[in-house]
Amino acid sequence: MKIFFKTLYIIIFVLVGTHQVNASEKVELLKTDWSFKGLFGKFDRGSLQRGYQVYTEVCSSCHSMKYVSYRNLAETGGPEFSEEQVKAMAANFEVTDGPNSDGEMFMRPAKLSDKFVMPFENVKAAQAANGGAYPPDMSVLAKARSGGVDYIYSVLLGYEDPPSGITLDDGVYYNKYMYGNNIKMAKPLSNGLIEYADGTVASEEQMAKDVTTFLMWAAEPHLEARHKMGFKAILYLIILTILVYFSMKKIWSRVESEV
Amino acid sequence: MSDHEYVPNSKFGKWFNDRLPLLSLASHLTDYPTPKNLNYWWTFGGILTFCLITQIVTGLTLAMHYIAHADLAFESVEHIMRDVNYGWLIRYIHANGASMFFLAVYIHIFRSLFYGSYKSPREIIWIIGIIIYLLMMAAAFMGYVLPWGQMSFWGATVITNLFSAIPLVGEGIVNWLWGGYSVDNPTLTRFFTLHYLIPFLIVGLVVLHIWALHIPGNNNPVGIDVKKPSKDTVPFHPYIVIKDAFALLMFTIVFAFFVFYSPNILGHADNYIEANPMVTPAHIVPEWYLLPFYAILRSVPDKLMGVVAMLSAILILAALPWLDTSKIRSAVFRPLYKQFYWILLVDVLVLGYVGAMPAEGLYLLIARVATAYYFIHFLIILPVLGFKEKTIPLPLSITDPVLGGFPKEAIVKKKEGLN
Repeated sequence: MKIFFKTLYIIIFVLVGTHQVNASEKVELLKTDWSFKGLFGKFDRGSLQRGYQVYTEVCSSCHSMKYVSYRNLAETGGPEFSEEQVKAMAANFEVTDGPNSDGEMFMRPAKLSDKFVMPFENVKAAQAANGGAYPPDMSVLAKARSGGVDYIYSVLLGYEDPPSGITLDDGVYYNKYMYGNNIKMAKPLSNGLIEYADGTVASEEQMAKDVTTFLMWAAEPHLEARHKMGFKAILYLIILTILVYFSMKKIWSRVESEV
Repeated sequence: MSDHEYVPNSKFGKWFNDRLPLLSLASHLTDYPTPKNLNYWWTFGGILTFCLITQIVTGLTLAMHYIAHADLAFESVEHIMRDVNYGWLIRYIHANGASMFFLAVYIHIFRSLFYGSYKSPREIIWIIGIIIYLLMMAAAFMGYVLPWGQMSFWGATVITNLFSAIPLVGEGIVNWLWGGYSVDNPTLTRFFTLHYLIPFLIVGLVVLHIWALHIPGNNNPVGIDVKKPSKDTVPFHPYIVIKDAFALLMFTIVFAFFVFYSPNILGHADNYIEANPMVTPAHIVPEWYLLPFYAILRSVPDKLMGVVAMLSAILILAALPWLDTSKIRSAVFRPLYKQFYWILLVDVLVLGYVGAMPAEGLYLLIARVATAYYFIHFLIILPVLGFKEKTIPLPLSITDPVLGGFPKEAIVKKKEGLN
């Protein structure tokens, strides 16, 4: 009888096991060393600043980032530009404000408290300008794709000529890592596309890494605070658990029973 | 219920206690005689209370900043994550807290299954527990809708559409639930209201659950009745309090790892995309804790029968005290039941796994076999086993196995099996 049950368990586990193997036949994503992973993970300040540059000079012509404010760029745990720098950066953008005392809407330079200015008025305008495809908002993009930052990094570097036998429509590109392999965004990065303010060589990989780091921060601006607090909280809990364990042993030593 | 009547020391205490016996209640809760052989699987009741309180406290705080409106809900969640002081912490505790709550409740339920805690005289405790579990699922489902992401919207659409399977009135009921002709703002606002209400219903039921528990007292790993108070029992305070505290702290360490280091691992990436009625996600999957029932739902080809099967899978648990015909509570003394218990556990895990996979090919076949086995376990194996099984003789008291003698071996074996 026992042997019967044991074999039954084994059969079930093998069934489940082989299935997991079948399910994981998708493409392996590109990996790079992200500084923000792990228990003490922090953003690389330089990478965030460069990533912001890539975002503004390349991505932001199509992709909005509507939940992020200019003031966030100066906050701790982010790119940590100085307040003066951020004020100057924000002033490059025009926002609609109003109505004023005459009842008119007016344009003014953006301030720290404004959200990032959007490239298009609304989704329809964005679609009209991009061949029907809506360039997704980038505020939480790093959390909105399975595979997260690795996926975004891979897509940025995954443009290839389509394999023979596949013909693509106009305005559709082949990407090794994109879901369904078809993407309506033209290859956005190429070596030397921008000139980094800090003099770093703007290779494709460098830009992809920097902008992805920036997207991770945009999606999770309190990541550093979370990691820091998590370490303290868990350390505290472990110490308290040990103390309570010995208290428990002491209390239970009065009765003839184990804990 | 204490054996001796509690009399407060102070005059005011006595005056107050005669009018509202809160002090007697406190005394009862402190002295409550508890079997001293309870193992760590018994600490999950306290852990669940902690989970419920955590969800209510963080939920109240979130509700102060959340906006239940189809156009603003997603944005208000991002506002909480970015601009509210420690809003990210509160939301991540609440979101992961739901998963932790279900993890604990599943352990609590499977502990009950192993040690036969649902059997006479504890049937009412068990049934109240099942109602709490049903309400938890309703609360969790509606809570998942509130951030108004893609999975929120499409999950709500799929689940509410199940009611359309009811003959004749199905369509009408669905429109009534939605407050319109699709999942939209009225659906969101009523889900928010109900999500806010249900936890307080759960609190009420938890009080009844514990009240009903305190009539017969705790079951225990040996599963025999204990005389209370006696050398088989210890007062709840400090013995059980400190043990529960220790187990709870271990649990919070796991909880904290999720909150601080992988807060989104149990969620679905698509829920960070704002709800869009024009775009259907590739796979619509519920949260992990509902997957076994989702698998049962999809394993039946007919929509109505699928819904019936899914509901029966939960409601059958309420009939468990009568389906299990064995008089012996603990699986420690039921060699055959113990084997079937583990098979059931594997079966439920398999159901959970195939629930996350597309319902096609081999997955569908496995789901069907596992669904069939789930019902066979409760409807055929358990009733028959009660008559056929040769059980191991029970010890006379729980002190015997603790202090040595024949059944000790059984206890040791049980510990190995569970660790």
